[in-house]
Amino acid sequence: MRAAAGTPVFDCDITLRQGGFSLEFALRTDARAVALVGPSGSGKTTVLETVAGLRTPNAGRLQIGGRVLFDDAGIDVPVSARRIGYVPQDALLFPHLTVARNVTYATPRTPRFTLAFLEALLDLRPLMPRAVQGLSGGERQRVALARALYSGPDVLLLDEPLAAVDRSARVRLIAALQRIRDELGLPVLYVTHAREEAVALGEYAVVLDRGRVVAAGRPADVA
Amino acid sequence: MFDDIREIAVFTIACAAAATALMLPPGVAIAWWLARRNFRGKALVETLISLPLVVPPVATGLVLLWLLGRRGPVGRILESVGVDVVFTPAAVVLAMAVMAMPLLVRTARTGFEQATRRYEQLAETLGVGPWRVFTTVTLPLARRSILAGALLGFSRALGEFGATIVVAGSIPGRTRTLAVGIYTFAETGQDSRAAALLAISVAIAFVAVLVSNRLSRSE
Repeated sequence: MRAAAGTPVFDCDITLRQGGFSLEFALRTDARAVALVGPSGSGKTTVLETVAGLRTPNAGRLQIGGRVLFDDAGIDVPVSARRIGYVPQDALLFPHLTVARNVTYATPRTPRFTLAFLEALLDLRPLMPRAVQGLSGGERQRVALARALYSGPDVLLLDEPLAAVDRSARVRLIAALQRIRDELGLPVLYVTHAREEAVALGEYAVVLDRGRVVAAGRPADVA
Repeated sequence: MFDDIREIAVFTIACAAAATALMLPPGVAIAWWLARRNFRGKALVETLISLPLVVPPVATGLVLLWLLGRRGPVGRILESVGVDVVFTPAAVVLAMAVMAMPLLVRTARTGFEQATRRYEQLAETLGVGPWRVFTTVTLPLARRSILAGALLGFSRALGEFGATIVVAGSIPGRTRTLAVGIYTFAETGQDSRAAALLAISVAIAFVAVLVSNRLSRSE
């Protein structure tokens, strides 16, 4: 499953048309953390949903970490087999389960992220017995991130991970995300509308506008 | 209280419970199917399922009688294995289940439509297979609607008259239910017995509808 030498971590080139919206997205980089930047309605979330397999491109190819997820020549890996960790903007925690049961919902595909490790990384221990209804925005994001990591993904997809998080919690969440990126070597594709987030986390940034890539490069230069 | 009154009440509740249990698996499956799948002829299926709500129950009973009777397509097969349904408690249960099914399907379906698709998709991204997604996410999120629909169906089954009298009759101690009993006693001038059954019917239905409404509202 490791990327062969010379294969970029992200190697994507897709076209997707849905209703009146059309998306043309290309990304080819060895960077492990890629920020998707752009105004609302530019197609950032659509890119994540397409990588996750929730939308099907009309044409193109999606390859991440050496694994082909979609190819219009006849490959379309089912959602449940894509080995992705998807954290939507609203976290989408299962409302009928406690925090602990949300985090451990999946059966881990690799033993890489143990519960003890995630509890420490994301400071979850005091949250575990609670119901998800009373959680703050930042707590919801941490639980959703832990749930995604526990499943043992090969790539992390984060939609505005810091949008609903207050300032003090933001610093800690950024530190945790940096650890995931640096120590665990997990490719991360994340959506943000804030320049400082793109710079803090991203090694590479893609700027989208109305479904088109208008700039790409170092976050400090393009975002 | 008259012994036969208690017997009728217990028999009716048991039959309605059995009818609810019988219709629950297919009813939930159909509700999910209608909420989640688009297919050719969906409108036809929806209409057919709801038909027992609007067709005169006696007519539904006649259809059942034709289907289950010794010369009917289902009755013939059953007779060959030595099972006779018509004018037995099994006919009561079947008539109740058919009449109650539309209420369950309609109520449960809204539950599946509300238990948004996005939760199921998220569970899929975590590598979980479709059956486990259904049992651990879809069903729990729709459980209140399913329960409300089952209770509504149960209440409908308790009051079933038209289809029951045609396909099961009013045999004392064998197929006589609350509704059929009220009619039979009133017809034969046993007014106090009819009144007792009436009071029991109202009490049970009142509680069932109250609980059902509560479940749907707090969704």
